Amino acid sequence: MDIHEYQAKDILSGYGIKIAEGGLAYSPEDAVQRAREIGGHVWAVKAQIHSGARGKAGGIKICKTHDEVEAAAGSLLGKRLVTHQTGPAGKVCSRLYIEAGTDIVKELYFCFLVDRSEERIVMIGSAQGGMDIEDLAINNPDAITKIYIEPAVGLQDYQAREMAFALGLDAEILSHAVKTIKGCYLALRALDVSMLEINPLVVTRSGELVALDAKMGFDDNALFRQLKISELRDKTQEDPREMAAADRGLSYIGLDGDIGCMINGAGLAMATMDMIKLVGGEPANFLDVGGGASAERTEKAFRLVLADKGVKAMLVNIFAGINRCDWIAEGVVQAVKKIDLKVPLIVRLSGTNVEEGRRIIAESGLPIIIAETLAEAAEKAVQARNEVVAKEAAAQEI
Amino acid sequence: MAIFIDETTRIIVQGFTGKIGTFHAQDMLNYGSLVVGGITPGKGGQTHLGLPVFNTVKEAVQQVGAEASIIFVPPAFAADSIMEAADAGIKYCVAITDGIPTQDMMTVKNFLRRFPKDQRMILTGPNCAGTISPGRAMLGIMPGHIYMHGNVGIVGRSGTLGYEAADQMKRLGIGISTSVGIGGDPINGSSHRDILEKFEQDDETKVILMIGEIGGPQEIEAGFFAREHMSKPVVAYIAGLTAPEGRRMGHAGAIISSAGEGAAEKIAVLKELGVVICPTPAAMGETIAAVLAKL
Repeated sequence: MDIHEYQAKDILSGYGIKIAEGGLAYSPEDAVQRAREIGGHVWAVKAQIHSGARGKAGGIKICKTHDEVEAAAGSLLGKRLVTHQTGPAGKVCSRLYIEAGTDIVKELYFCFLVDRSEERIVMIGSAQGGMDIEDLAINNPDAITKIYIEPAVGLQDYQAREMAFALGLDAEILSHAVKTIKGCYLALRALDVSMLEINPLVVTRSGELVALDAKMGFDDNALFRQLKISELRDKTQEDPREMAAADRGLSYIGLDGDIGCMINGAGLAMATMDMIKLVGGEPANFLDVGGGASAERTEKAFRLVLADKGVKAMLVNIFAGINRCDWIAEGVVQAVKKIDLKVPLIVRLSGTNVEEGRRIIAESGLPIIIAETLAEAAEKAVQARNEVVAKEAAAQEI
Repeated sequence: MAIFIDETTRIIVQGFTGKIGTFHAQDMLNYGSLVVGGITPGKGGQTHLGLPVFNTVKEAVQQVGAEASIIFVPPAFAADSIMEAADAGIKYCVAITDGIPTQDMMTVKNFLRRFPKDQRMILTGPNCAGTISPGRAMLGIMPGHIYMHGNVGIVGRSGTLGYEAADQMKRLGIGISTSVGIGGDPINGSSHRDILEKFEQDDETKVILMIGEIGGPQEIEAGFFAREHMSKPVVAYIAGLTAPEGRRMGHAGAIISSAGEGAAEKIAVLKELGVVICPTPAAMGETIAAVLAKL
């Protein structure tokens, strides 16, 4: 789960990390009011969306008058911002963070994340801040310092100092830098943070170390013990279909293709989607219905997939292990009878009681296409999809 | 020999008396696994499924000689159960639980590393379907009947995709020495590489099928290991060609978060390393058959 910049900064300031004065705004009037409260002569009006690289997408505006603040706020609120992290659909900005302008001397990059191969937390820093760290890793890997943290003992002072020196910080702000770095680590451990990025971390003219931006992601598996963090969830930043799926205990990811998928198990789901692609189709979604694909669950899953109006055919692939194909077949038949299915449905069942399952579907009288193997299922789905598209094209010509 | 478990392995179930633990303990008993008891703290001394219940894993090791354990404990308490098993002297542990926090798994891995290697418990999972040595013992939640006994070792992240592979092989008359699920989490007990090493040492295993997916470095690590340290052929399928960057595909670990973690990239590297790639997920059985035919 991701949170907004202003929320991350609020958390970090509680751990002793210095941030610029700022406030949240939902309207241009709010924005001007925040600027007045903050005072000074320069303000940053920052779009709050769950993505980095907002600056490049025009989501951060530097303003020198209250009128400029108002205009900037007016132009950003309700705007759909597209960055390389949001995908082509972008994310709508409905909150702004108004922040006092910072007099920057130096911009640094700093982050913590879980390193999967080392199985521990790694701290990454670079004196070349403000840049995309992935670009930097490719173009100038020597400019990046990585320090691994031993989970049993945690981050040590010497490691924080090592990072501070690698970032090129002066001795005068060393103790402040150590406090900042350790504060981040404490937040990370206490709150089950999976990724914390401060880009840029800046040195100001007055010699302070300030987190100018902050991005935090949390371990979804740990949210059960991070109730306060769970409350920070902003559902407007997440795909509504994915949210609806999550609320129903289903794992769903919307994609750009037009063959709807319902599969049990994440690996088999990915493999089935691969198979669709390999025979010339494109999946509309990833959907793992989990082990117990009951009639009720199946119906929910169908509704979810078919809510995507672009779906031209639907493929169900279930490998029945502990549950049985006949139960799943019953579920599919009941679900299809209940919903008004307008697209061709291809069902492939495998595993326990498969003959019985196929018989139930065949005898249902429903126009369900049965496939025996994974390859056949994908081929039939693509073929059915192509027929639908051809029919639509013919209808349009008439 | 198979790896990790056979018909003589003395198994206990952690989270024994719960609904899920009960169901799968019974299923494992039906398969012929030597389940010798289970753990539910506070219910020690009772009998469940005709077997003794213990308060602690230590008691189970002392009293019924438990060697392997399977964990059905909820995510919030699962890491603790894994560490309890390791400390009690369990040699092999399968964690079925899905949803264990990443930091808890870091603690577990750190805890395990404190033991000298010859005394260190081997963990597979979490978030996996378990391990099966067909015809001998099942330590998991898979449908045992789809696996035939034979010479192919399977290591994979996914449950149902592993079933698919076993099913494709069975249709071609190909059996399995042991199938090991390493789970879909970003930090897991054993990696693909760790399991390849075990299969390389196993007389019965002739070929290994590695079923990987997007995210993380483990498939590539395994590929390097196969090239440098293995005499047996490794066949691989990597799921997730259509997965977009930065999106979690069901498994907590199935996410492309940096360069090289996509399916196409992993496949390209594995090919370079001499791993035989299954051209499609429907061709896992055929590909294995072709490799076996050349031996």
